[in-house]
Amino acid sequence: MIPLSWYLLLSAALFCLGVVGFLIKRNLITVFMSIELMLNGVNLSFVTFAHQWHLVKGQIFVFFVMVVAAAEAAVGLAIIIAVFRARSTLAVDRIDLMKL
Amino acid sequence: MHLILFIVFAGFCLAGAINLLLQTHPINSALSLVVVMCSLAVLYLLLGAEFLAAAQIIVYAGAIMVLFTFVVMLLNAGREERTLGSRAGKVIGFPAVVVILGLIATVILKAQNLGSASLSDPITSTEELSRVLFHELLLPFEVTSVLILVAILGAVALARAGDGERRVSK
Repeated sequence: MIPLSWYLLLSAALFCLGVVGFLIKRNLITVFMSIELMLNGVNLSFVTFAHQWHLVKGQIFVFFVMVVAAAEAAVGLAIIIAVFRARSTLAVDRIDLMKL
Repeated sequence: MHLILFIVFAGFCLAGAINLLLQTHPINSALSLVVVMCSLAVLYLLLGAEFLAAAQIIVYAGAIMVLFTFVVMLLNAGREERTLGSRAGKVIGFPAVVVILGLIATVILKAQNLGSASLSDPITSTEELSRVLFHELLLPFEVTSVLILVAILGAVALARAGDGERRVSK
C-alpha cells in the first residue's frame, strides 16, 4: 500500500525536469524530447487520478494524449528536418531569425 | 512488494530523466527517454492500467522513439554545443520551475482524501476501456483518425524538398 500522492509527486518531478530540459538544452531534437518528457509526466497524473476515482475516462484521456503526441512527433520531426535543410544546424542559438 | 516495485521504477524514471538532461549527445538522451517510458509503463501497470502500459511501450517507447533516433541518425546530429543559453531562461525560468514544483508539491501533500494503491486493486480491463471508448467517445475517436491523417500529410509536405528550395538551388 503506497499513497497516491507519491505518484503525483513523481509526475510533478518529471514535468519539472522536462521544463528544465526545455530551458537548458541547446539541441533542437533534445528540446523536443523534453516536451515528450513533460507529456509523460502529465499522463502519469491522469492515470493516478483515474485510479483514485475509479473512472475509465481518465485512462482514455491518456490514450488521446498518446495519439496527439504521435501526431505531434511526426509533424515536429518533419519541421526539424526542414529547418536542418534550410540552416544546416540543429543548435537553437543559431536558429534565431525571428528573435527580437 | 508494491512499495519495492514503485521505488525501483520511480528511481529508474527519475534517473533516466536526469540523465536526459546531463547527456550531451542526442542519441544518449533518446535512449534514456526510452528508459523513462518503459519504467512509466510499469508504473501504469501498478496503477491497474494494463492497456495503457502496453500502449505506452508500443506507441511511445516503440514508434515515437524510433522516429526520434531515426531523425538523429538521418541528420547526423553531433555533440551538443555548450553555450551560455538565454539570460531570461536563467533569471526567470529556473526560479519559476522551482516555484511551480513547490506549489504542486504543497497542493498534493495538503490534499486530504487521496487514496492509496496496492497490488490487489482491480485492473481496468481492456474490455471496460473499449466499451467507453467506442460507445460514449466514438466521435472524438473518429476525429483523432482525421488528426492523424492531417499529421501524415503535413509531415510528408514538410519533410520533402519543396519547389522553392529547388528553384533556389538552381
